[in-house]
Amino acid sequence: MKITIALAQINTRLGDLTANLEHHLSIASEAFQKSADLLVFPELSLTGYSLQDLVPQVAIQPSKKDPIFKRLLQASQEIDMVVGFVEEDTRHRFYISAAYLSKGEIVHIHRKVHLPTYGIFDEKRFLAAGDTFRAFDTRFGRVGILICEDFWHVSSPYLLWQDGADIFLLQSASPGRGVTDENIGSANWVETINRSYAGLFTAFFAHSNRVGFEDGLYFWGGATLFDPDGKQVALGPYDKETITYAEMDLNQLRRTRTRLPLLRDERPEIVLHELRRILKHD
Amino acid sequence: MIDLSINCELVRNILVRFIHSEITRTGYKRAVINLSGGIDSAVSCALASEALGPDNVLAIRIPYKTSSPGSLEHAQLLIDQLKIQSITIPISDMVDPLIGRFPDMSKIRKGNIMARARMIIAYDQSEEFHGLVVGTGNKTEILLGYTTLYGDSACALNPIGDLFKTQVRQLATELKIPQEIIDKPPSADLWQGQTDEAELGFTYEKVDQLLYLLIDQRYQISECVQEGFEEEFVNLVANRVQRFQFKRSLPPIAKISSRTVGSDYLYFRDWGT
Repeated sequence: MKITIALAQINTRLGDLTANLEHHLSIASEAFQKSADLLVFPELSLTGYSLQDLVPQVAIQPSKKDPIFKRLLQASQEIDMVVGFVEEDTRHRFYISAAYLSKGEIVHIHRKVHLPTYGIFDEKRFLAAGDTFRAFDTRFGRVGILICEDFWHVSSPYLLWQDGADIFLLQSASPGRGVTDENIGSANWVETINRSYAGLFTAFFAHSNRVGFEDGLYFWGGATLFDPDGKQVALGPYDKETITYAEMDLNQLRRTRTRLPLLRDERPEIVLHELRRILKHD
Repeated sequence: MIDLSINCELVRNILVRFIHSEITRTGYKRAVINLSGGIDSAVSCALASEALGPDNVLAIRIPYKTSSPGSLEHAQLLIDQLKIQSITIPISDMVDPLIGRFPDMSKIRKGNIMARARMIIAYDQSEEFHGLVVGTGNKTEILLGYTTLYGDSACALNPIGDLFKTQVRQLATELKIPQEIIDKPPSADLWQGQTDEAELGFTYEKVDQLLYLLIDQRYQISECVQEGFEEEFVNLVANRVQRFQFKRSLPPIAKISSRTVGSDYLYFRDWGT
């Protein structure tokens, strides 16, 4: 099966849910017209990234009744999509979340587990951390979602891989740091990581990163898709607001894994056994 | 060898986008910049011109009677090259009555008064031209506190504040700033014969390398000494960076309510845009 994925590297209005929602809907419509099957927005695409005390003001309890989700779910009748938002749970904890929407249903929500709180990042001060990595089934196969810092921890995609994910959808609001090389330092790192994961997990890795500035933080865009051979299928432009379209030939999973059976030969029981030993001794 | 080379094309692209984004998101489309004739303001001007178009940039020449004539000429060179708008407002008539009241006034006081008079002019022209004040302070002077608080450091946005002086020089070449401006000794031009490096007591080339290790690379003082810097110099610079932290901070507010602005009332400036 071949599907078309659309990676929307958008700019956002900081804290303006209404404006960002309209932007999502217009991009969803455009991607649908271009025959895309699956649309991935960046981290916190409905709110902007540097929220600080805006967190409770933009938080959503996602449901079919929520006015924002209601309209996104309508749009998901035409095209599957992953959106980024602040999720509020019933006890008023706030998470950085990503929702997979399809055919009018909320198929899955991932709450960002690893909240960077160092350097220019201050997420734990304002947000609660998720505590699960779960793959889930979609009409295109089994999918895993990771949000930015989640995929700087190698255990996160590993767990999703073992949980059956063949298509990894990664969202970021990644600030560009480092201007000494040909490309932005952080962009180089993220691309290297994505390429390595795709090759090591023999899976598809799609990454959608936002563009624009927030108080001088510079988000670099550069959406990518790597296939199970670690080959770069698509690279979006840096800086510009763009939808990057790429074909995902899902049969490549079979061809690659026949040649390179890393998944077949993986020994998660050893990981489990050794981790039990290591953690007990700590 | 500590290499402070930057990818100038990449930096130029980011900074031009930054200026465009920060100015247009607030509903403006224009910029005003105090153009001293030195390299920093030349670079800020060139970036702003590229971001907004030359017609949307107002360069302000703000000489004092003792300013070097070269400063005015160099500023004009850049104005002509970029084809940006310009105005010249001498500050002598503004500042001399105040300076005249204190016959024994020190050079430092006079220099600070001039820097703050120039700030008043920039913000006044900001209102008249409907443009935001673009800053011209580089990372070296911000770290060393080599700036007048509420004077030349005052601005609405600063495109070059994360570039060391020697990196601003690299960017100046990329932007084709006139060579005379790049080559001349950096000076605040607050009194005759003043140069930054004589006043500071070290060269930018040397201090930038040290600051890069201390700040960007998080080296400890002992590690900087191991890298070949004299201990006395390292301590001098580290102390100077610490001493001028106040110039890099908003004034502390006595926190007595249940929620204090800037402390636990926290929003980005770009909120809503």
